[in-house]
Amino acid sequence: MIDLLVPTVAQGLLWAIMALGVYITFRVLDIADLTVEGTFPLGAATAAAVIAKGGSLITAFVLAAIAGCLAGVVTGVLHTKLKIPALLAGILTMIGLYSVNLRIMGKANLSMLGMDTAFTYMKNLTGFSNSVTVLCVGAISCILISVVIYWFFGTEIGCAIRATGFNQQMIRAQGVNTNITIVLGLLISNMLVGIAGALVAQNNGFADVGMGVGTIVIGLASVIIGEVLFGTRSFKNSLISVCLGSVVYRIVIAVVLQMGMPPNDLKLFTAILVAIALSLPLIQNQFKGRKAAK
Amino acid sequence: MLEVKNIYKTFFPGTINEKRALTGLSLHLKPGDFVTVIGGNGAGKSTLLNSISGVLRVDKGQIIIDGTDVTKMPEHQRAKYIGRVFQDPMMGTAAGMMIEENLAIASRRGQTPGLRWSQREEDDARFVKLLKELDLGLEDRLTARVGLLSGGQRQALTLLMASLKTPKLLLLDEHTAALDPKTAEKVLDLTQKIVSRDHLTTLMITHNMRDALRFGNRLIMMHEGRILVDVEGEKKKTLKIPDLLQMFEQAAGNELDSDSLLLS
Repeated sequence: MIDLLVPTVAQGLLWAIMALGVYITFRVLDIADLTVEGTFPLGAATAAAVIAKGGSLITAFVLAAIAGCLAGVVTGVLHTKLKIPALLAGILTMIGLYSVNLRIMGKANLSMLGMDTAFTYMKNLTGFSNSVTVLCVGAISCILISVVIYWFFGTEIGCAIRATGFNQQMIRAQGVNTNITIVLGLLISNMLVGIAGALVAQNNGFADVGMGVGTIVIGLASVIIGEVLFGTRSFKNSLISVCLGSVVYRIVIAVVLQMGMPPNDLKLFTAILVAIALSLPLIQNQFKGRKAAK
Repeated sequence: MLEVKNIYKTFFPGTINEKRALTGLSLHLKPGDFVTVIGGNGAGKSTLLNSISGVLRVDKGQIIIDGTDVTKMPEHQRAKYIGRVFQDPMMGTAAGMMIEENLAIASRRGQTPGLRWSQREEDDARFVKLLKELDLGLEDRLTARVGLLSGGQRQALTLLMASLKTPKLLLLDEHTAALDPKTAEKVLDLTQKIVSRDHLTTLMITHNMRDALRFGNRLIMMHEGRILVDVEGEKKKTLKIPDLLQMFEQAAGNELDSDSLLLS
């Protein structure tokens, strides 16, 4: 069980970057952005294509991030300028990205086996074992990205984006163009998801066009588990909660798989988990109401 | 300070629900004017305020604030000139953010946000001093989330935010209508205090005739998208509710039928 813990936590940290992206749209902007289902494999495909062509790791990450940004902007413009409901705008971008991802990779699956990835680089540098290397890369990227997000959302622009999520009328009355803040929020969110896709693909050793299925649900599960277990006292607290939530989610999955659940049922399990977690406030309220009535 | 020239606004034109909300309304506000606006439901009071603030675009006419033609400006650009308090206490603040975060945003109203840290230490002392003047105990709760405050506290905070960066024009859209009488009274007193302190040019919609007479140096009464009665200065000071009703009847040529106007 213990030798399972390190790789599980490592996975959780890699996916936490995606969860942070989902947190920015779902909690900060108050939008459920389905673009991420396409952006995650987009980041993976971009990085894999660069690495397979012998490009540098930096190029791979930068292009994956830029690709993510562009996907976010497309959804943002569809939503703000063309007035398509956010959910639908995300679905449209996601579907479009499927074809884009196939074009980038040239086929449905692109292997990076035997090629230099962020993980082989780190392993050669430190001499750690495979799983400890993944843990290190995950922890470093997670901390680095969390710090940058914390800084950004404390700036004037960042505060304007957060206020947009809470009350668009209010922030417009303060002179902020909410179309721009919404697009910016989606851009940042999808940039993170693109980076996460690039990391996960390198860790897996391949990028696959179908690897995005369920991304949003995994992201939501991490956000909600984190919030319930570790609190939302402040923005800083929420960011840490989301990262830890992603780790806990991976541990839960590892435990149920160990207990004999068929891997094919994983998505159903996650969907039910998220459905329960999302309805938790309502159930709690009703419970409280009943108690008060007595 | 504010020049509204012959504006028209029709909702759902050409449909069975067509509603002519503003029909050739003109209004001129001198700097420092504190104008109370009354009128029955559907008289066009809120449409007037929303047209000035840019929430709505007028079909025809012109709106000029301090020499700048804002008729075609989007809402967020007009925010540079206008401070606003809404009827709904939830509308003026970001509930999930701290009091100091809301104030910091309001202190930069109309400026393009940049990459500077939003919270500045040099602002804190000023925020505390202004919150103290509200006399609601908020000065000790700078880091509390605004969602935890009562409606009255939120409305007082919104008022403070609207005046934090002195606006050319303050628009109050029935900002005490959702509060209990005692809190409403307090927020109105506060409004008076802030308006006279900063000599703000103010447009205040109210459903309460007594408040309309008690506050401001000028009163306008709207009906069917136009201004029917416009009194100011000494004449307004001596005005009583029955006078107001009589003036309305004379001008409109019919009985006043809005109950909400009579409740005071």
